[in-house]
Amino acid sequence: MKINQLLENKNFKLLNDVPYLDEEITYIRSCDLLSLVMAKGEKGDAWITVQTHSNIVAVASLLEMSCIILPESIKPEETTLIKATENDIPIISTPFDVYKTMKEFSF
Amino acid sequence: MKFEYTISNLNFSTAGEASSNIKKVLKLLGIDSKIIRRAAIATYEAEINIAIHSHGGKIILYIEEDSIKITAIDKGPGIENIELAMKEGYSTATHEIREMGFGAGMGLPNIKKCSNEFSITSEFGKYTKLEITIFI
Repeated sequence: MKINQLLENKNFKLLNDVPYLDEEITYIRSCDLLSLVMAKGEKGDAWITVQTHSNIVAVASLLEMSCIILPESIKPEETTLIKATENDIPIISTPFDVYKTMKEFSF
Repeated sequence: MKFEYTISNLNFSTAGEASSNIKKVLKLLGIDSKIIRRAAIATYEAEINIAIHSHGGKIILYIEEDSIKITAIDKGPGIENIELAMKEGYSTATHEIREMGFGAGMGLPNIKKCSNEFSITSEFGKYTKLEITIFI
């Protein structure tokens, strides 16, 4: 599934302005320990996390993840959105919990 | 080639910039993406360690013909028990830092896994120095 296909679902809302949304989401990963994400994360992953500080963008960007998904309508810090926009990392918000979010995907 | 980056204590909005820059440099040099990933992960973990645990420090990148060398050195307070610090899951990070998703006790083991050669030296009360070599 591509990012823009995910965004056709009204339960997924893009929070920042990024130019490319046609990237393929190759896997979905849920984890809040940054070192574990760094060790296991892969290019193309959509990363579900409840962390909202700007360092999640550093992790997603280094690993070339496709996007960050914040579940349960959790709001990111303003600096996170700014940094994500600078680094072309889409931040997506959903009211869904982790399980319901993951159910939207099949690989 | 040598590049140097200063890392501040507890500044998580800039932590990750050195690794991001190093990744860009290595990409421009056409280094293999798997090697870049290892260098980026090792540098990121070293940066976060300096930000979380030290009074600040620096990361120095040396790119040589057959290897990438990353040196991370901080201004202390140093590690009392290196053997314990290298153990996966062991951490001295505060509760607040852990709540942010850091301090899981995986940083140093992650760095070692990404390295071909790895050394850690520390003088308690003074400094910690990591020397990471990744063969190209």
